[in-house]
Amino acid sequence: MSTEQNAKSMSIIVTKGALDQAYPPFILATTAAAMGLNVTMFFTFYGLSLLKKDLKLKVSTLGNAAMEMPMMGGHMAMPNLLAALPGASSLTTVMMKDLIKKNGVASIEELRELAVEAEVNMIACQMTLDLFDYKRDDLIDGPSLGGAATYIEVATKSDINLFI
Amino acid sequence: MADKQLDAKGLNCPLPILKAKKMLNTMEQNETLEILATDPGAIKDFEAFCRTTGNTLLESQSGDGVYTFLIQRTG
Repeated sequence: MSTEQNAKSMSIIVTKGALDQAYPPFILATTAAAMGLNVTMFFTFYGLSLLKKDLKLKVSTLGNAAMEMPMMGGHMAMPNLLAALPGASSLTTVMMKDLIKKNGVASIEELRELAVEAEVNMIACQMTLDLFDYKRDDLIDGPSLGGAATYIEVATKSDINLFI
Repeated sequence: MADKQLDAKGLNCPLPILKAKKMLNTMEQNETLEILATDPGAIKDFEAFCRTTGNTLLESQSGDGVYTFLIQRTG
């Protein structure tokens, strides 16, 4: 985090917790921090699961019409009917993780660690914690607990506010 | 010859930038860092990174699928 008084700032509301959907917030947060911005991430609803100590992120093609996987020289989409079958999500997750590794893309665990290291300010939504019956102890050390007002206060002072 | 070198070959966005920033943090003002990367997106990204952080992009070259950047810590 930049210590300069006039540093730019960015906030991100993180609402989604699937493996593929976890990338944009962490990539933008770590890069902005590297570029000297003060960054705050507010983890709410399914986004809160990205703060769990033990990440078991999955990806599903179900209901995602735009999702195609590179396969046998082309691209293949999975029909919803197949994507709904038991094991389809696990298979897609294995394929996605393979692509991630092959392309030198960081893991979410790695990006999250880099975000913590870069002193990205993480706020875990208290209401979501209660709603989904998580305990503070289920989450990594570092994030503070807060609610909508805590986020809004940060957002009013930020140059960039994103909802992902 | 650069003061420090970073091999970011095979890494994809945003890792080359994040690793370069980490290394710049350990360097003195005006020292230079040479970065090797294979991510084609790194060309525009290092330009934007340097413009925003006040560091100086002294060189940006490509050849044989490897991109070489020379950054002077001025930010």
